[in-house]
Amino acid sequence: MKHRLRVDPIRCNAHGMCVELLPERIRMDDWGYPIIDSRPLSFDLLAHARRAVGECPRAALQLVVGDDPGSRQRPGDAD
Amino acid sequence: MRAGTLVARLVPEGAAPENLEDHLERFGPRPRPRSSELLAALDASGLRGRGGAEFPTATKWRAVVDHAQGRDTVVVANAAECEPASFKDRTLVGVRPHLVLDGLEHAAETVGARRAVVYMSRSHEKLRHAFQAAIVERRQRSDCEVFIEVLAGPDRYVAGEETAIVARVSGRLAKPRVVPPRPFHSGVGGLPTLVQNVETLGHVALVARHGPDWFRSVGTRQSPGTALLTVTGGVAQPGVVEVAHDATFESIVAWAGGTTGEPAAILVGGYFGRWIGAERVWQRGIDAESLRSLGVAVGAGVVAVLPAAACGVAETDRVLSFLAEQSAGQCGPCHVGLPAIADMFHRVAIGRARPAALDMLSRWCSDVVGRGACRHPDGAVQFLQSALQTFAADVRHHARAGGCRFSDQPAMLTIPSNHRGWW
Repeated sequence: MKHRLRVDPIRCNAHGMCVELLPERIRMDDWGYPIIDSRPLSFDLLAHARRAVGECPRAALQLVVGDDPGSRQRPGDAD
Repeated sequence: MRAGTLVARLVPEGAAPENLEDHLERFGPRPRPRSSELLAALDASGLRGRGGAEFPTATKWRAVVDHAQGRDTVVVANAAECEPASFKDRTLVGVRPHLVLDGLEHAAETVGARRAVVYMSRSHEKLRHAFQAAIVERRQRSDCEVFIEVLAGPDRYVAGEETAIVARVSGRLAKPRVVPPRPFHSGVGGLPTLVQNVETLGHVALVARHGPDWFRSVGTRQSPGTALLTVTGGVAQPGVVEVAHDATFESIVAWAGGTTGEPAAILVGGYFGRWIGAERVWQRGIDAESLRSLGVAVGAGVVAVLPAAACGVAETDRVLSFLAEQSAGQCGPCHVGLPAIADMFHRVAIGRARPAALDMLSRWCSDVVGRGACRHPDGAVQFLQSALQTFAADVRHHARAGGCRFSDQPAMLTIPSNHRGWW
């Protein structure tokens, strides 16, 4: 099973906990919001990722199982 | 040069508004194809959405049918036309409201919706009355069981986005939300929902009457049929033209009365589109295949011509500030990032930026892409990136000199006044 990280950008308020806890996969933009590397997580990173998800004060960081949540070629992208 | 063809299917030149009687006389009564028949016809026609995303219409409708599983569904005709440079949807609805409503009824019958909504911007009041009058006419005559209502939303750029429309129709603020779930899965009131641009619905009504072969008889193999374009900027007669997809930019501009001066660049697709040097697209068709290699698409159908005696940097600066202001204020990279980007570009345009500003701008642009709930940030930075490429020399000149001899000209691209509410 492939686990990936994603962030709900509406919930996220740039607390920055995730960047502290998982710098391997999350970096901060110039305004303090996280930029997530959404490639599948390796086994050794998974525990750290779970901790980052658990510590997010806004519950904005999520672990998802399956295909790339960033893929957007679906009906009605902007129509 | 390819000739290209001016084909009046949806909006004949100089056409007067048609009431139900005119409409029935011209087109006859609306046919009643079975759901599977119409879906097959739409598939064969190759019709794609005309709101900007160019998604295959039949595929979108099927997604709603597949998720309904016996439940009720909702259809929405999107007449919001939040793109400031565009007025092709309003033109169509003003002349042929019944063709659009035919398409909406087809959509409702095909996906099994009892509720159909026409969604539009609050400021388009004339249009709202036209729609309401047309619906009253139909209720008196027609045997359609679909209940059609008209609903206005805020005049804000992102309020025409699909999930924002769903929110507004569901009784919430017209702000986009995170996808998935997409409207075809969970839309208005949690029901599978189809949101379709009004031009697309007009084409649907014609395909239902005349069939897919008729639809494909003009245009190109991969971009069949006609498109409504708003031609604006440095042309003698700005307006809406309907052309087959093999029409070239040169011929489209000729139909809008020709250019008012030597053209320098064209904004293709509107404020969410891209600038491109006029000479690079002049001889090309507007179909997706002709434009793909250039990275542009007509999208919602805007072709804005920038004359050589105008300032692309100043135009970009104003539009970018507008787009930054139009953020729904939900996602950080959009409501914090876009104003920072717009401010930095403004500093470049007036010659008050540090030397590293352009590098920082390009990094910020790639940083915000894909990080909003909707694609507002993506569209805004794509617009800016195309300007940085197309007007590269002008941008450098502005950064040094603080302007150019054309930067005080009146704005070519209009900026709507800021509407504050979200209803």
